[in-house]
Amino acid sequence: MTTPSQTVGPFYAIGLCRRTENELVSATDAAAIRLTGRLLDGDGQPVPDGMIEIWDATARRWGRSGTGQEGTFSFVVAKPTATATDAPHLDVLVFARGLLKHQRTRMYFPDQAANASDRVLSALSEADRARLVAEDDDDGLRFDVHLQGEHETVFFST
Amino acid sequence: MSDIVLPDDPSFGSEVQVDYPGYRSTRLRAPKRPLVTLPEDLHAVDGPVFGNEAIEPGDGDLTTQHEGEPLGERIVVSGRVLDDAGRPIQNALVEVWQANAGGRYRHEVDQHPAPLDPNFSGAGRCLTDDDGGYRFVTIKPGAYPWGNHENAWRPAHIHFSLSGRTFTQRLVTQMYFPGDPLFAYDPIFHSVRDPRARALLVAQFDLATTTPEWALGFRWDIVLGRGNTSTPLEQE
Repeated sequence: MTTPSQTVGPFYAIGLCRRTENELVSATDAAAIRLTGRLLDGDGQPVPDGMIEIWDATARRWGRSGTGQEGTFSFVVAKPTATATDAPHLDVLVFARGLLKHQRTRMYFPDQAANASDRVLSALSEADRARLVAEDDDDGLRFDVHLQGEHETVFFST
Repeated sequence: MSDIVLPDDPSFGSEVQVDYPGYRSTRLRAPKRPLVTLPEDLHAVDGPVFGNEAIEPGDGDLTTQHEGEPLGERIVVSGRVLDDAGRPIQNALVEVWQANAGGRYRHEVDQHPAPLDPNFSGAGRCLTDDDGGYRFVTIKPGAYPWGNHENAWRPAHIHFSLSGRTFTQRLVTQMYFPGDPLFAYDPIFHSVRDPRARALLVAQFDLATTTPEWALGFRWDIVLGRGNTSTPLEQE
C-alpha cells in the first residue's frame, strides 16, 4: 500500500519555494518563451496559495512556481520537440491548499500541426482539447488552470 | 463532529478523498469531472532527477540554521523511501516544512498568536541515500488552530514533498506523530478514509534512533506509487 497524499496547505512556500526555480531555460536563451497563467477555483476566483510544477520530459527540464495574489504563476520555457506520438507539450502538476492530492494535466502549444494527431488530445472532445492548448499573449503564452467550473481543466489519473 | 469527520471506508485504499466535505476548502478546489486515463506508458514517464546541487549544507538539520538553537523537543526523523515493490528509491529529493514548537509557521499568512522562534525557519531538504534512507534533525512541531470549523486544531505534523524516479512517484503528504488526541477531529487526516492507509501517515517512536541525552527518534517510511517496472511488459 502506498503512502497517501495530503494537501500542501497554505504555508508550502516555506519548504518548496525557497529558491527561484521557474526558468526551465534561461530568459536570455533564443528559444525562451514566457509562460504565464492563473490558477482559478470553482467560482473563477484566483487561488493565491497554489503551486505549479512543469516538466519537459523530452529535454528533461523542470521548474516550479508558487501562485501570487491574483493566482498568477509564471515560467520561462522552450517549446519541447514532438515525438512520434505526442505533439510538443509540457507535463503540469497542480498543488494548492484545499487540494488533497496534486492534479496532473498537460499544456500544449498553439498553432502546432502535430496537435491534430497527438494521441492524448485526439482522445478528447474539441472543447477539452482547447482547454489544454495555451494561447498566444502579448509577450508569450498564457495558460490558465481551472480547478472546477464550466472551464474545468482536463486532469489525468496519476 | 459527524459533518467534519466521515466514517472509515476501506474501499478507498491509499487514495485520499479529494472532495472530502469536512475540509471546507475542497469545495471550490477539488476537481469535479472524472480524471482522464492516459496511455499506459505515460504513467512511467521519467521525472526530474535532482543532484547535490539541490542541497545546501545544513539542509538536513533544522536545529542549526541560526545563531542559537530552536526551542522545543529535539527529534530525529528518519526512514526509507521505497517503491510499491519494496525497492529503495535512491536520490529522491525529500523536502520538509513545519511549524515551530509553538505551532507557528514562519509565513506571513500565519496569524496564529503564538511566538515566532528566531532560531527556527522550519524547512529542510535532503536526497535519499543508496538504501533509500533519509534523515532530518528538527524539533517537534506544535499543534495549531485553523479556521475550518469551530475550535478546529491540526494535529502536529511535518509536511513532506517527494520526487521519486518517475513522474507518477511525485508525492506531497504530511507525517503525523503517534497517539495524537487530535486525530479524531481532523478532517485532513480523515480524508484518507481507509484506516490502514491512514496509519501509514503516522510515524513510530523509535528507541533505536533515539540518541541518549540528546533527541527522540521517530521512524517513518514512505512508499511511492508505481515506478518503472524492471519486468518487461508482455506483448498484447
